[in-house]
Amino acid sequence: MATKAKTTKKRRRVQADEKVCIGCKLCEVACIVAHSKSKNIIRAFNEETPRALSRVLVEESKPLTFALQCRHCDDPPCAVACMTGALRKDPETGAVLHDREKCVGCWMCVMVCPYGGIQRDMREGKAASKCDLCLELDEPACVAACPNAALFVVEDED
Amino acid sequence: MDYVIIGNSAAGIGAVEGIRQVDQTGSIAIISDEPHHTYSRPLISYYLGGKVEQHNMYFRPKTFYRDYDVEPMLGNPVTVIDAAGHTVTVAGKKIKYGKLLVATGGSPFVPPIENLAGSDVFTFTKWDDAKALAKAAEKAERAVVIGGGLIGLKATEGLLNLGLNVTVVELADRVLSTILDEKASQIFGTHLKSLGVTLITGDTAAAVNRDGEGSVTGVTLKGGNTVEADVVVVAIGVVPNTVLADTAKVKKERGIIVDEHLMTSAKDIYAAGDCVETFDILRHIRRPQPIWPNAYEQGRTAGINMAGQPLAYKGSFGMNSIEVKGLPTITVGMYDAVGPEYEILAKSDAESLTYKKVIIHNDRLVGAVFVNDIDRAGIMTGLIKDQVNVKAFKHDLISDNFGYAVFPEALRKERLSS
Amino acid sequence: MHKSLIKAEFQVQRDDYKCIRCRVCERQCSFEVHSYDADADRMFEDEMKCVGCQRCVEYCPTRALTIQPHPSTIRPHGNWPYRAVKDICKQAETGGMLLSSTGDELGHRIYWDHLVLNASQVTNPSIDPLREPMELRTFIGRKPDQVDVRLVNGKPVLKTELPPQLTLETPMMFGAMSYGAISYNVCQSLARAATASGTMYNTGEGGLHRDFYQYGPNTIVQCASGRFGVHREYLNAGAAVEIKVGQGAKPGIGGHVPGEKVDKEISITRMIPVGTDALSPAPHHDIYSIEDLRQLIYALKEAVEYKKPVGVKIAAVHNAAAIASGIVRAGADFVTLDGLRGGTGAAPTRTRDSVGMPIELALAAVDQRLREEGIRNNASLIVAGGFRNSTDVVKAIALGADAVYIGTAALISLGCTVCQKCYTGKCPWGITTQDPYLTKRVNPEIGTQRLTNLLRAWSLEIKEILGGMGINAIESLRGNRLHLRAIGLNERELDVLGVMHAGE
Ligand SMILES: Cc1cc2nc3c(=O)[nH]c(=O)nc-3n(C[C@H](O)[C@H](O)[C@H](O)COP(=O)(O)OP(=O)(O)OC[C@H]3O[C@@H](n4cnc5c(N)ncnc54)[C@H](O)[C@@H]3O)c2cc1C
Repeated sequence: MATKAKTTKKRRRVQADEKVCIGCKLCEVACIVAHSKSKNIIRAFNEETPRALSRVLVEESKPLTFALQCRHCDDPPCAVACMTGALRKDPETGAVLHDREKCVGCWMCVMVCPYGGIQRDMREGKAASKCDLCLELDEPACVAACPNAALFVVEDED
Repeated sequence: MDYVIIGNSAAGIGAVEGIRQVDQTGSIAIISDEPHHTYSRPLISYYLGGKVEQHNMYFRPKTFYRDYDVEPMLGNPVTVIDAAGHTVTVAGKKIKYGKLLVATGGSPFVPPIENLAGSDVFTFTKWDDAKALAKAAEKAERAVVIGGGLIGLKATEGLLNLGLNVTVVELADRVLSTILDEKASQIFGTHLKSLGVTLITGDTAAAVNRDGEGSVTGVTLKGGNTVEADVVVVAIGVVPNTVLADTAKVKKERGIIVDEHLMTSAKDIYAAGDCVETFDILRHIRRPQPIWPNAYEQGRTAGINMAGQPLAYKGSFGMNSIEVKGLPTITVGMYDAVGPEYEILAKSDAESLTYKKVIIHNDRLVGAVFVNDIDRAGIMTGLIKDQVNVKAFKHDLISDNFGYAVFPEALRKERLSS
Repeated sequence: MHKSLIKAEFQVQRDDYKCIRCRVCERQCSFEVHSYDADADRMFEDEMKCVGCQRCVEYCPTRALTIQPHPSTIRPHGNWPYRAVKDICKQAETGGMLLSSTGDELGHRIYWDHLVLNASQVTNPSIDPLREPMELRTFIGRKPDQVDVRLVNGKPVLKTELPPQLTLETPMMFGAMSYGAISYNVCQSLARAATASGTMYNTGEGGLHRDFYQYGPNTIVQCASGRFGVHREYLNAGAAVEIKVGQGAKPGIGGHVPGEKVDKEISITRMIPVGTDALSPAPHHDIYSIEDLRQLIYALKEAVEYKKPVGVKIAAVHNAAAIASGIVRAGADFVTLDGLRGGTGAAPTRTRDSVGMPIELALAAVDQRLREEGIRNNASLIVAGGFRNSTDVVKAIALGADAVYIGTAALISLGCTVCQKCYTGKCPWGITTQDPYLTKRVNPEIGTQRLTNLLRAWSLEIKEILGGMGINAIESLRGNRLHLRAIGLNERELDVLGVMHAGE
């Protein structure tokens, strides 16, 4: 049996501690830079059009603030609902990954994500946009950018 | 074969993935009369409109059958199921099964319309339909779409993208009458008209008009008017396809009846997807709920059960996300409930064509409608699914920046902790 | 309304090329200096509101901001610097007292900077603290006049019953800062860091939050004129009790926590209704003499069953030496002296800058007086008031202190930039505020770590310096003024400090 069919219980996600989230939104800034073409903060914001989107959202109801992004569920409803196969849980990393190439922007995922963690990306055609855990980096950009250690990676493997 | 799956779409693929979660070695065959590698049915309108190319039509990678060790048998229908003998017949050949899944989907409902048979008339549920329609559309300028439901409007979008003039004929007094409430329908109608679509409601086709060579020239409506057109798309609706299941004499009503493990009345025969009827947990009735996520989920659950791990399917509820050239719209659950027992909170803005509505019953959300502003709609779906008491924050439900920040602390923590 | 004549103190410069309109500055500024205009897609700054805290500068992800003293200035004048002019304008506009925070700003002489330390050369060789044990352990409390040691089975056994002592692993404690003046998170950071470092923090006069009883063994609880949150359990929760008579930043003045800061938790902790001003009277209304003070000391000793040291804190004022003598004779186990540069959350500016004296002089005078009277061993001497680094601490110990309190330095380690706006309750660094949107800015995990690091770093430096002096225990340095020499001080100052001039 080929390994690809094996399902994983591995789960990795970024978690926010609302007690020390200060609502600065530097996580959003870092996310935009990490998903920009240039990876340069000034160019990403001031020169790249359309600007990259943040996949993390800081929710606010002052004084409460907290960052929220895809929870990379064990059994992601978005992947169940995705009719193109663009959203899949990656068995290697446990990350719920999105293939922009395949996505047509039908918003089934937006409809079913109980965290509201999927955004609409209307920049070039339409497609969903979501946290990819910055798998190519040592640490998700938002986590690295949080000035108050309010964001951290939680990993469980079971 | 340990497992035979009939239907190579959402439910069928779900079943393969479900079986392999439990059983990595049992033999699986997947059979479909459609010749294609598993593809995404809802994408056929995008394909028609040139928005999705061939290689992006596939629901799973080309290596899927190999990766999951599945034998695909594509291009021929299964004609008979022999429940007693545990065999199915395909292309005259009998295949023995340990467990069988019927995932035959739905069939387009075609009402009696005069002169329907012949060229230039299409239903719109299969990739090949889209291919044929695309070909016909090449030399066409005007199209008539009979049926203003989801499939009809998705076909309309495809045709608009090809530059055709489209007339939609809908028997009800509004489009999408089975998935949108009146207000949302109205907004949608306005939007369609702004796209140049001619909308005829309260009428339907009586006859297809053809010229001497048999080519379509238009349709004549029940009301007497005629609409000129070069192609006709019939998209009145889809009904559970139970033709094959009937050969095994499984119980059915509107769709095949299954128990909570998705087994039919016949031992070792399971069914899932658009061909079955399942429990609607909001409306408390059994009914077909033909949407992609339900089909996949049922298929996967059936697969897990077939592989010997009992897993109950609790039922589901209706939801739809539909967008026709802009105007994203989402409806969830009992979007249309009315009556004194329901509390309805809504707001709309005519200019921006936005509309938000939630329906509350016993402090629980039972339905929601979002037009144009659909961001974070899934939070609402989650609240409906888990029947969360929303009393404490119900007035925030339709606020512009609705999110977890408005939840009471304990509930927020509970829902975000997982 | 007529035009205000107060000028902007700081200039806010934004490098528009670097600014990405992320609005982090706007969200971080609790004084609402920055704002965003969506139509123009531009950030605007109201310099008048800027307090120069540098929060925005530090948080700007592109470092597009510079905040500096405003270059526009009035004609320089010796008697009329801008500060003097501004104060007059402000009072002309408000008709009120000037309020500020933190310690003296006038810049009275800092004697630490005129004292140098000794080191061993050739004779009495220096010690390498990395190779040999170095003792910083310090005991706070009354020491007996003599100790009786007997040999039991060949081993020495102490026969004298010692009065209660605090054991500190390092001669530095966190000074009194009340819950109310500082936030819950800061209290928690101090409590945990004190615990991790084997030393004490001081509750200040705001009572002790229930959550912090667990840090009791590392807590000094205060009993001040407002008696906020003082009850039997509270007194017994700590390791020692300190009666607060005065504070170096505002000798002779009471305290005032405005009602807006008194939220539910503070109300419970202080035992006052939510939203009421917490007013600490200037004097203790039951203390008008040393005899009255003695009564309170012994009332508290009764309450803690003589198991914990009870001390008295006073501000460094002219006759501190005589008062300290009275305090010791009244039965205090330790005396705390708080100097002119001591911090405060809110004080009248004039009092802050001109009342009291630098801690160095008060310490020297008190230590000297207690020695002369033969009662120095009856109480420990704790000093406070603007300690900035480990050598300030070493010099204080050589001058006669048993331990020091650090307050402002602790807050600086948590981010404080000494903008002196504590009294507004809007501390942009989340330290001296109760605004729940701001208090989150101190993450207690990070705070604990930083405070612990600070104490560790200073302790390492102290060991290094002791080693250089050829001393292997801080005890040997205590009151040993021969290790100090002065530079650039006059005869009178040398006299009061009891040190020789360098070269002598
Ligand atoms: C144009 C269009 C747009 C849609 N858009 C959406 C949408 O946006 N969101 C959404 O949720 N849903 C949408 N749907 C519905 C969705 O496609 C279905 O719910 C889903 O495909 C059902 O999956 P299924 O596996 O149950 O059946 P199907 O996808 O219908 O697949 C059944 C398969 O079985 C085959 N079959 C049938 N009988 C036999 C036999 N005897 N032998 C062999 N093979 C047989 C059929 O040919 C077919 O390939 C759309 C449907 C259409 C047509």
